[in-house]
Parts: sequence; structure tokens; C-alpha cells
Amino acid sequence: MTSTFLPDRRTDSDVAPTSATAASSRGRARRRLLNWLTAVGFQVPALVLFIGLVILPMLFALYAAFFRWGGFGMPSDYVGGDNFTRLFQDDVFLGDLWRCLLLIALSLAIQLPFALAMAVALNQRLRGRAVYRMLFFAPYVLSEAITGVLFSMIFAPGDGLADHVLGSIGLGGVGGEWFADPSYVMATLFLVMTWKYFGFHMMLYLAGLQSVPAELTEAALIDGAGPWQRFRNVTLPLLAPTLRISVFLSVIGAIQLFDLVWVITQGGPDHHSETMAVTMFQYGFKRYQVGYASAISVVMFGICLVFALAYQRFVLRRDLEGATTTMRGDGK
Amino acid sequence: MTRKTKAVQSLPLHVVLVLVGAVMIVPLVYAALSGFKSTAELSSNPFGLPEHWLTGNYTGILGSGDFWRLVGNSTLVAVATTVIVVAASALAAFAFARFAFRGRELLFTFFTMGLMFPFAVAALPLFLLLRYLDLLDNPLGVILPQAAFGLPMTIIILRGFFRQIPGELEEAATLDGCSAFGFFWRVLLPMARPALGTVSVLAVVTSWNNFMLPLLVFTDAKWWTLPLGVAQFQGQYSSDYARVFAYLVLAMVPALAFYSVAERQLVGGLTAGASKG
Repeated sequence: MTSTFLPDRRTDSDVAPTSATAASSRGRARRRLLNWLTAVGFQVPALVLFIGLVILPMLFALYAAFFRWGGFGMPSDYVGGDNFTRLFQDDVFLGDLWRCLLLIALSLAIQLPFALAMAVALNQRLRGRAVYRMLFFAPYVLSEAITGVLFSMIFAPGDGLADHVLGSIGLGGVGGEWFADPSYVMATLFLVMTWKYFGFHMMLYLAGLQSVPAELTEAALIDGAGPWQRFRNVTLPLLAPTLRISVFLSVIGAIQLFDLVWVITQGGPDHHSETMAVTMFQYGFKRYQVGYASAISVVMFGICLVFALAYQRFVLRRDLEGATTTMRGDGK
Repeated sequence: MTRKTKAVQSLPLHVVLVLVGAVMIVPLVYAALSGFKSTAELSSNPFGLPEHWLTGNYTGILGSGDFWRLVGNSTLVAVATTVIVVAASALAAFAFARFAFRGRELLFTFFTMGLMFPFAVAALPLFLLLRYLDLLDNPLGVILPQAAFGLPMTIIILRGFFRQIPGELEEAATLDGCSAFGFFWRVLLPMARPALGTVSVLAVVTSWNNFMLPLLVFTDAKWWTLPLGVAQFQGQYSSDYARVFAYLVLAMVPALAFYSVAERQLVGGLTAGASKG
């Protein structure tokens, strides 16, 4: 594939193939410029796409959020921060924030611990474990649209599978309106989200668990630690970086939740399952209050940004320090 | 500890796993069986096997051109997105991994910031931009933004992989007269095939399942992708449950088949992406 002859005049391997051989500093400067241009040249396609279709639209939303604007022509009716003040007096939007917090709390309290339990169970030598892994993860590859339609039919009031199952085990009165009931719609939605997403977190944990050295748990076993102590004091600390990432992804996912809700309830009944993204969609694409919808986009971005920065600063910092200073010497 | 006591000890665990497994698989099996029933039989016989295996729901959908057009559109969009995002990311990741240049870390941070941008946040301004560029009802209007939003994760994964390739190879190639691009094209890319496979699988699955962007961009049913078709079909045949179930099952088949073939790349890519992001 490549030449086998090794030169005794080695070039600087980690830098560029075009690095300094020239003696004069002018030649060197030219080479450095050339090297820089080559490197940046490789970035051009990605940069054009990224700036054009990710960064610029976001900046434009930031601009449009200060206008009353129907979405046609250029925004001209400047209203200052009115869209934002209106947003924080809007009961639907405040409800969105509350429901977002609720979903995050439920995910952290139920979905992720459940995923962890399943990961620990399937990390042992067990008959059929490959089948269970594949099965638990399978819903993750289905689109949200398919999942949504499937469960809107399973939870169809009266005639869906859920009500039939409850009826057949003598709990006929327990089932009900599911997605159509304001008090149960979020719980039902959370059930569907858990069905779809816990397998993803389980797979992350399984990958993390596989990098926990067996010697450590064996040593703890010899020292007389019980199963819970081994888990609590050996496995869990070593799994912490994975857990932190999984929490992060779960929170970001809750902030931007749209597809499932749109397909199943469109935010209903009477806004009781609406999310920020759904509200944004309603105002931006149904009611043509594009300035107001832009303000929702900006607030969503602000929440993501603040959360991501705070998380990086206070929670992920230790992981990143490990990564940059000891080249991931923590066994990851 | 004898084998027997061990088996008894793990019995509760097996019971739990079987229960969870049942909850996971019952909706899918129920949908598949329901597709073989008539809607009338669905409420009289919700659990059992169909009394008569009706194949009409399935064959009717497969026989109409609509379903295949959706599959074709989804495939076109997924393949084009994947080619663009992997090509652009590989070039960028190459520069990040193998060059030392001023501004490298800053630029890399700039790209990784994209991970904090959930797509929903940018959907509205993106729609306005696409309308301005006259890319609505045009597959490029979905392909290009999907590629742009896929860049951060793909660049991060590929950069990690490119860094592991020994520097000696690059020296040797340079001495043989290879240009930077020649090394990238003839040496690095062939060696990086497993990583390219991983990021491609991720891109295909993400594109295949995308709902919000096609929903915004494609108003003309001619360009609809599978997720849009599924949501639309339910609206159209909302009272004909059996038929919607059959449609759902057929719409699941490509994704599940792809998963069973590419499970390793998909799981590997997701876990690698998560732990490096």
C-alpha cells in the first residue's frame, strides 16, 4: 500500500506533510500559510453547510423575535421585547415549561433507573440476553411517526388493546380516555416515551458497564462486599461518566420533544400535552405569528444553551478533565 | 453453588425480563396480527389469531403505487443525506485530525456547539430560509438541512477514528509523492471503512425517521416520505383500524430489517457518539 523505506530525515509527523524543510523564514511563513489554506480548504464544504443552514437561520430567528411579523416580506414592525413578555404571561407556554420539567423529572426518576436495571441484568451471562438486548432496543429505530400512530391506536378509548387487556384481567374500569383525558395524557405519553427510548439508554449503560474491569468487582467480592455494595461502590462510580451523558441527552430530548406529541395529540386535549416545540409550530405554521414563534425558538435555544453550558461546567467537567489531561485514563 | 440453585436464584430475573420483553413485543405482534383481521373482528377478537387470515389489507397497500413511492422518496432522501454529510464530515474531520493549524480548536468547538442545537429550535427560521431559496417541495430542502444538522456528530466520530491512524503512514505516503488529498483519498478513507460504515448507518436511520422537516418542506404528496405517509394514512382511514395496522407494519419493515443487518454499526455509532460528544 505504501512505501516501506523509512527516511532518516523525518518530517514532523503530527503536523502537515508540507511542514518546514525550508531554511529561510519567508519560505517557512509561506509554507505555513499554504498548510493553513489546505487545512481550511478541507473544512469549506462542512462550514458552508453548517453556517448556512444551522447558524444563520438561528441568528435570523433571534432577529425576527423582536418583531410582530406574519412571515412574509421582511420583518418591519419592531416591538422590542414584547414577544418575550407576552411569552412569559402565556399560560400555554408556561404550561409547556411545566410539562417539560415534568417529563425530565419522570425520565430521571423512572426511565433512566429502569434502563440501568435492565442494563445490569443483561450484562450478566444469561440465556437469551442477546435477544433481549435486540428487542429492548428495537423501538428506538422505529420512527416517532410510526410509534405515535401505533400507540394512539393501542390506547384508543374503549376499543384499543390497552382497554381490552385491562378488561380481560378484571380491571375494566381502570382504563379510560388515555390520550384524550387531560389528567392522564402526560402519563400515557411518558409510557410511550419509555417504551421507545429506554433501550437507547440501556445500550449506553451496557457499553459503559463493559468497560468496568472485572478485577475490581472480583476484588470487592473477595473483600466480602454484597451484590448491592459492589454495585453501589464499584460499578456505579465507574459508570458515572456514562450516566451523566445519558441524563444530558434525556434532558435535551425532553426540551425539543415534538414528533410523538404532534402525531398522537397535536398538543391536546386543550393544550394538556403541548410542548414548547408544538406551541412554536402552532404559532409559526398555523397562525402565522412568526415573530412570536421565533421568540419561542429563541427561548428554547436559550434553555438548551444555558443547560448545556451549566452542565458542562458543573457536571461534565471532571469527565472532560480526565479526557484531556490523562487521555481517558479512567478506563473509558 | 450448584447449577440448580443458581438457576433458581436467577428465576425472578428471568420472570422480569420475560415480562418486559412481552411489553416491548406485544404492540408489534398485535399490530401485525391485526393487519390480518377485518376491523369488525378487531373488537370482537382483539387478542387471538385471526379467524380467517385476510391478506387483503397488506396486498392492497403493497399493490398501490403510493406506498412504494413513499419508500422510494425516503430512500432517495436518506441516501443523498448520507453521501453529503459523510463526504463533508470526512474532509473536515481529516483536517481536524491530521493538520495543526491556527484556529483548529476554535473551529472544532464551533462545530460541536451544533450538538446543543436541537433541530426543533431551528425549524422555523430554516423553513423561512428554504422558502426564500425556493427549496420547498424540493428534496434538497430536506437533504441539505439534514446533512447540516448531522455534521457535528459525524465530524466528532470520524475525527476520533482518523486520529488513531499512525502518522508513519502519512510520512510514507508523502515521501511517495502523495498530496494531502491523495493521502486522504487513497490511504485514509480505505482504512476508515468501519468508521464510515458506522456514521453512514447513523445518518441513514436519522434521515429515515425524520418527521418534522419533511412535514414542513413537503406539502406536495409527491415528495412525502414514509413517516409523513403513515401519519397521513391514519388520518385518512381512521375508522379502518385493521388497514392502518397493516400499513404501520409494512412501514416498520424497512427500519427493522435495516436494524437487524446493521445492529453493530448502529449501536456502536450511538454509544461512540454519546461518549465522545
